[in-house]
Amino acid sequence: MNEIWQGLIEAGRLIATLDADLIEISLRSLQVTVTAVLIASAIGIPFGAWLAVKRFRHRRAAIALLNALMGLPPVAVGLFVYMLLSRSGPFGVFGLLFTPAAMIVAQVFILTPLVASLAHQSMRELWADYHDLLISLGATRRQRIAAIVRDGRRALLTAALAGFGRGIGEVGAIMIVGGNIDHATRVLTTAIALETGKGNFALALGLGFVLIGLAISVNWLVHTLSRTEGGARW
Amino acid sequence: MVDASILPLVVSAARVRRDGRDIIGPLDAELAAEGTTLVIGPNGAGKTTFLRMLHGLERLSGGTLRWQALEREVRRRQAFVFQSPVMMRRSVLENAAYPLILRGRTRRQAREAAAGWLARIGLAEAAERPAHVLSGGERQKLALARALVTEPDLLILDEPCASLDGRATREIEALLVAARAAGTRVVMSTHDMGQARRLASDVLFLHRGTIREAGPAEAFFEQPQTPEARAFLRGDIVE
Ligand SMILES: Nc1ncnc2c1ncn2[C@@H]1O[C@H](COP(=O)(O)OP(=O)(O)OP(=O)(O)O)[C@@H](O)[C@H]1O
Ligand SMILES: [Mg+2]
Repeated sequence: MNEIWQGLIEAGRLIATLDADLIEISLRSLQVTVTAVLIASAIGIPFGAWLAVKRFRHRRAAIALLNALMGLPPVAVGLFVYMLLSRSGPFGVFGLLFTPAAMIVAQVFILTPLVASLAHQSMRELWADYHDLLISLGATRRQRIAAIVRDGRRALLTAALAGFGRGIGEVGAIMIVGGNIDHATRVLTTAIALETGKGNFALALGLGFVLIGLAISVNWLVHTLSRTEGGARW
Repeated sequence: MVDASILPLVVSAARVRRDGRDIIGPLDAELAAEGTTLVIGPNGAGKTTFLRMLHGLERLSGGTLRWQALEREVRRRQAFVFQSPVMMRRSVLENAAYPLILRGRTRRQAREAAAGWLARIGLAEAAERPAHVLSGGERQKLALARALVTEPDLLILDEPCASLDGRATREIEALLVAARAAGTRVVMSTHDMGQARRLASDVLFLHRGTIREAGPAEAFFEQPQTPEARAFLRGDIVE
């Protein structure tokens, strides 16, 4: 119990003193995950909506595959991206390994199936509602997707937030491709892993509380913003 | 109307198959260019399926629909009002404007035209409210406005007044009469024989997926030719 208290106090101290390292790694955590969520949403949301609207032969299999991809172990994704980006790998020439860009790439792989799958689920319900009407009105496939994405934007925001929650707390993949290099690729989760390994439980717990606080505030912020925009009516 | 109408329509030996049986057909029918056709018949006769088939929402498993225009044009120039109206998760005004947006009108043109329709159906004040807070009658009126905003040649309605009270029903009927006067061909189903008598210029009587009787409304209601139609009009159970 004592250690938890010390952790809370340490977290309070880190925040109160605006600890430079803490701010740096928190911002990097945000930068990596927010970028990854934006990319994953830009791919996953249209894809999920397309999957809801389009009828094709292997649709069921595609959905099952998507749901399976959602459960990909981050460590495996990390290893895969590592091999792609390593010097001898196909994208080695870009020299991305052990940079935040590599961490973003790994998180995009992890988050896109999640966002796409959640988007697909909510879009499917909306499409069931809209199907007859939009067919009757002669909407093209593009227009159908646009309509359900627009009118289902609250559910899609929730999907993106779920992606953020998964990404901000993820450690396995970014540890492998980022390397947890101080002042370069260290983020909250990898720092926690490191400090715990070193036996600095108070600092690790402090960082943990900051991480939780960050996750909650981003969720709260996005929900508040979307409510003032008027989306709450739906 | 600038272009010639998509009507008349000739339906020949049309069939719609579900679960290994024909729920429609083989069915022959003609829709003349003018008038208001009421589609009546007992529950399960195939009215909804027939109307959806006309609109192109059901795939034919046989037979043909012969319109006076190409397929693309045909869909564009008709509109369908479903028995339970689909309200998009948008404002009342945006619902009414949506078909025009789909047709490439600017937002402003679409909203202006839609606002005009809202005024006509008495929903101008509700324009900015989310459509799903409307009452059943208001929803149905909105669905009708959304159908008419594109000025279709042919308007198809599936029991638009089911579960509406007398006043709401009269309002819908008045809008349909006005639409017809403006040159829109109306085809609708109903279980309300009073409504059928008030609106119909001609009648299609459906039974077990086929048309048992078709003709001018007056003759049909005065002197139905088939025993099924006679039983139906008497209010008996039609076997
Ligand atoms: N998707 C479907 N699968 C199987 N059978 C169907 C399907 N849709 C309709 N049917 C059957 O087709 C027949 C005609 O149905 P339809 O809804 O067209 O009748 P209706 O005349 O509109 O009836 P109601 O007056 O109750 O609205 C019914 O026997 C119905 O059970
Ligand atoms: Mg029906």
